[in-house]
Amino acid sequence: MSTLPKDDSMPIKGAIRIEDVVKVYDPDGAAVMAVDHCSIDIPAGEICMIVGPSGCGKTTLLNTIAGFHGLTSGHIYLDDEVLCGPGKEKAEPGSDRIVVFQNGALFPWKTNLDNIAFGPMMEGKLSKDEIYEKARKMMVDAGLEGTEDSFPGEVSSGLRRRVEIVRALMNEPKVLLFDEPYRALDSLTKSVMHEALLDIYYKNKVTIFFITHDLEEAIFLGHRLIIMSSRPCKPKKIVEVDIPHPRDYSVLTSPRFREIMNEAKGVVNEEARKAFEAGEKEG
Amino acid sequence: MSQSNATMNLTMYRISSWLKSPKPYLMFVGFGLVLSFWYFSVEVWKLPRFQDMPSLTEVFEEWFSEDPYYGLSIYTPEYYKHIGISLRRIAYAFCLATALGVPLGLFLGWSQKLREYIFPLFELLRPIPVLAWVPLAIIMFSGSETPVIFLTFLASFFATTLNTMLGVESIDEEYSRAAYCLGASRWQTFVHVVVPGAMPYIFTGLQISIGVAWFSLVAGEMVSGQYGLGYIINTAYIMVQYSQIIIGMITLGLFGYVTSALVRLAGDYMMQWRVRELALGGD
Amino acid sequence: MNITKVLRKFSGRAALRGVIAIIVFIAIWEFGSRSLDLIGWRMPFVGLIPPPSSVLASWTGLFMEPSYWQSWYMSFLRVFTGFIVAMIIGIPLGLYMAINRTFYGIAFPSFEILRPIPPLAWVPASIIFWPTQEMSIAFVTFLGAFYTIVINVLGGAKSINRQYLQAAQSMGASQRDIFRRIVLPATLPSIVVGSAVGMGITWEVVVAAEMISGGGAGGGASGGLGFFIWSSYVGGSYEQIIVGMISIGIAGYISSELLRKLGGRFTPWLKTR
Repeated sequence: MSTLPKDDSMPIKGAIRIEDVVKVYDPDGAAVMAVDHCSIDIPAGEICMIVGPSGCGKTTLLNTIAGFHGLTSGHIYLDDEVLCGPGKEKAEPGSDRIVVFQNGALFPWKTNLDNIAFGPMMEGKLSKDEIYEKARKMMVDAGLEGTEDSFPGEVSSGLRRRVEIVRALMNEPKVLLFDEPYRALDSLTKSVMHEALLDIYYKNKVTIFFITHDLEEAIFLGHRLIIMSSRPCKPKKIVEVDIPHPRDYSVLTSPRFREIMNEAKGVVNEEARKAFEAGEKEG
Repeated sequence: MSQSNATMNLTMYRISSWLKSPKPYLMFVGFGLVLSFWYFSVEVWKLPRFQDMPSLTEVFEEWFSEDPYYGLSIYTPEYYKHIGISLRRIAYAFCLATALGVPLGLFLGWSQKLREYIFPLFELLRPIPVLAWVPLAIIMFSGSETPVIFLTFLASFFATTLNTMLGVESIDEEYSRAAYCLGASRWQTFVHVVVPGAMPYIFTGLQISIGVAWFSLVAGEMVSGQYGLGYIINTAYIMVQYSQIIIGMITLGLFGYVTSALVRLAGDYMMQWRVRELALGGD
Repeated sequence: MNITKVLRKFSGRAALRGVIAIIVFIAIWEFGSRSLDLIGWRMPFVGLIPPPSSVLASWTGLFMEPSYWQSWYMSFLRVFTGFIVAMIIGIPLGLYMAINRTFYGIAFPSFEILRPIPPLAWVPASIIFWPTQEMSIAFVTFLGAFYTIVINVLGGAKSINRQYLQAAQSMGASQRDIFRRIVLPATLPSIVVGSAVGMGITWEVVVAAEMISGGGAGGGASGGLGFFIWSSYVGGSYEQIIVGMISIGIAGYISSELLRKLGGRFTPWLKTR
């Protein structure tokens, strides 16, 4: 069913299984269903794009995987191990699943290099010298040399995003969770960032759970698109992107890209309209 | 090395552009207006009420006289004794308030449980003006030195604690989430995220704290206490040595300004990331 | 902090915890004050002050005394006189400094030089200058609120989003309109904040000024709450000192609450959540 290549280049670890997950918020006694009986299966090494209108509950799903929120019912597994479910209310946040945040969460008070070294320093398994050597090497690999001693506030937002991804990879996670990381970037920077992300992905194969509402981004990056219905959030349509990796920007003008785009667009627009109208009623 | 050079150049550039702008000249016009108003209203026009006030020449002759009429000028050791004692009181009170207020504020912001216990009590005591504590402080602490220091401490302590707590609450939750994701423990998150994240507020608090410290020090010294700048002002009033009142006031203003500038410098030194961000974005 | 907000924030378990902490505090105080009688050992500091029970007894005794309420009245009168004068002078001054560069250049540095002098240091000079004691207390009170109000108004007016001004200009607003319909309302939140902070300082200053100057010309009841505390100290009735402190706390709380309500009325667009 998946378009993932079945060869040795794929990691064995990092498969996520979301099984019949329900999340109900209960602020001021009015129950709001954010996620409704949602099941998604993500094989190890897949770039899985979660597409849906703003405020549909995608981030809630991501937060439960990361361990920031608990579940109401259902299970989430990482490599057949229960992350959370009945009896284990909340997943433990850990460095096997690292989130890249919507607004960027590089610590502004640490230099880029210190930011990247943060995770391993906290774990304390390696010596400081080893960590910093590795951090410098990873920065060079990602084209970040020369910005080691700058603070995040001193470099461009595109560079900051790249530093943040490198920081996430330093801990050798099984899964990267992206929460609309490129939302605030202009479309030109965005396209550069997409290629950079793929470049990093080809070097370090990890499972990527990527939330976005930008269809072009989703199709360009993903092996698979999971289009979510608006509140409550549940998978509405799954679109396989059978364009082979490695990809570059020529993909965007290919006829197959257009076809997939057209296939997805109708569904997404319908959901966006529903969300918009629901928003009007609330306001 | 180049970093300090760049900072140097930036400073030079700022000074030269400041000199080219009308600002310094307007500033001297302003000072001139204030001083000449003082001079003319008291000495030349002898306006009603103003003629009782110590005059500009009287004050400055006294202040810079080698043989001051009332016994206090920049050449007398007595003058420096008063300054030294006030500064010592400020130093004790401010350091104690910082040493207690910053950790307390951090923990109040960090632990909801602690906040729920302590904060209502804190809010109950806070509306009582620090100066209303004067008699109670005199009763509770023996001698004349401790009550004054206690009052000064109390004012600083409230300001520091409250601002530190607000600082912790102001930290974007994504920073602590990112730290947890990267494998930091609760304590590591406290040290690497909460403390530096609250730093800007802490220094705002310290800035306020040093201001209110002088404020209540003067009150304490005027009511009870021996030596100190507030004491000069009060005794000069009782002994009808009016020019000393003004000398005391100017000296207070001077040291108030210098100490608060020192706190700001310390803040800049500890928050390099902010200084450099602002230097880039500043005009 | 707003009462309803506090209640909502500290509802249930949290409220219980707050109450527990306060009860423990009062219990320690009561025990500490009586420690010499109870266990023959005087608790440091707390052992020297009267226990809450006798403070309460002394307070209920004062409820019927007109002079106690007269003190309330005098302090309130001074606070509001000084405060209102500070608003009348401070707000236009801050706004004018914000819109006129030359005036800002002339006035602001002098203002900044005078600001670090604590208001209380002005007390003797003020007594010499003003003909009546009442006016000198009012002047010092005014100073306390004045600096804060000016700084806040100035900061607020300077940080107005330029796009609001440009939008107004492009819609053909005159300078006058821009000032009245953009600058003034956009500065209102800062005025409210500045006033709230200024109100707190005003109470501090009034208390101190009343203590230092030894009450008004008439002495006694016309002295206000600050003098009430001081004369209780001099007269040796320590319970009344604490009654005075609590009274000032309540008075200060009431005035900032009033101000906040009033500020909320003037800035309805800030009412979120």
